[in-house]
Amino acid sequence: MDGVHDMGGVAEHFGALKPLDRDEPAFRQAWEGRAFAVTLLANRAATSSNLHAFRRALERVPREQYLADYYGRWLGSAEILLIDSGLLAPGAVQARAANLRGGSVDEPPDPEPDKPTMESAGGGNMRTVDAPRAFAVDDRVRVKADAPLGGHTRMPAYVRGRTGVVSALRPAQVLPDSAAHFQGEAPEHVYSVEFDSHELWGPEGEQFSLTIDMYESYVEEQA
Amino acid sequence: MTSSPQPGIDLATRTEALESLLVERGLADAKTIETFIGIYETQVGPMNGAKVVAKAWTDPEYRARLLDDGTAAVAELGFKGPQGEHVVVLVNTPTTHNVVVCTLCSCYPWPLLGLPPSWYKDGAYRSRVVKEPRSVLAEWGTELGADVDVRVHDSSSEVRYFILPERPAGTESLSEAELAALVTRDAMVGVAKVPAP
Repeated sequence: MDGVHDMGGVAEHFGALKPLDRDEPAFRQAWEGRAFAVTLLANRAATSSNLHAFRRALERVPREQYLADYYGRWLGSAEILLIDSGLLAPGAVQARAANLRGGSVDEPPDPEPDKPTMESAGGGNMRTVDAPRAFAVDDRVRVKADAPLGGHTRMPAYVRGRTGVVSALRPAQVLPDSAAHFQGEAPEHVYSVEFDSHELWGPEGEQFSLTIDMYESYVEEQA
Repeated sequence: MTSSPQPGIDLATRTEALESLLVERGLADAKTIETFIGIYETQVGPMNGAKVVAKAWTDPEYRARLLDDGTAAVAELGFKGPQGEHVVVLVNTPTTHNVVVCTLCSCYPWPLLGLPPSWYKDGAYRSRVVKEPRSVLAEWGTELGADVDVRVHDSSSEVRYFILPERPAGTESLSEAELAALVTRDAMVGVAKVPAP
């Protein structure tokens, strides 16, 4: 899904880097730790810990909220997942928050649970695929330019339509584009694909290589 | 839309509200929440990755195993778990500099480095390092010569990339534990070098 999360090379985000703080703790404030843990538990309850559905929910957090705070973004995704699965009603968190701060508002009744499910071949995301690999190391491949938009994908906009070389074979994995929508694990072979910086960004600019992991269906042969 | 920004409700209150709703429904409990927090506050963090680096610097056979099968080699030291399913180790040298990012979210090798720091999750890093990595490193104080092969890795699958940094000069007499104390999170992501003692 194209959206605010797809940040690679996007000029509007170019700005000063945050400082490298060697001593930055895991959680800078106590609520961040609780937001981290509660979001993991929310995703466990709502999707049986479907990592791809969690990322898809992060991508659906409204832009302003997404950009404002990392754990705020996590809270937004937790609420989306709980509402999608019928475990919480829309407005429930807002009402509870108001009541925690001395308000006296009616909290909405729980909806009917409607938890999405998907068959899984096991834990984690590494899988075996019986079909032979379509590509080998040193093959030239082009990232498809016409990937459908609107759903979850791990194909960033900045590599679409660009040509690179397979630099390493990676284990077959659950396909995020399918699993995020509970449409099955649909595992695919995965490749590290290396691009020249000038292929991605044009002849100006820094010289370097960019390597990214591509699921087999993301790329096609480039003669 | 409940997912719209909620003016007036601070994030700490929103967290508390969500937690209380989940606890009431039996979907969360205080003990599990404290356990999750405690794991990432005390057990899992960059000190784990630093042990891997120090061992690789001092034990050539371990280094070979680490480069051959990163997942198995870090598991030898007890490091495995979420966001560490398949670990690939990349070697930084005076002439090759690898740096890791996740442009689409904030994928990061949790078992080795813990949860990602603010700069890694921030839009400035995620947007810039795939377009101007030398400029990014220079802004953080690491100037790479024109002869250095810069290699950026965008973590788009469940493979997690981990950098084996250069061992700094003047550390020949240090023990493995002393070496581990020198290794920074920044160097294991590739945005800096390990400073000499």
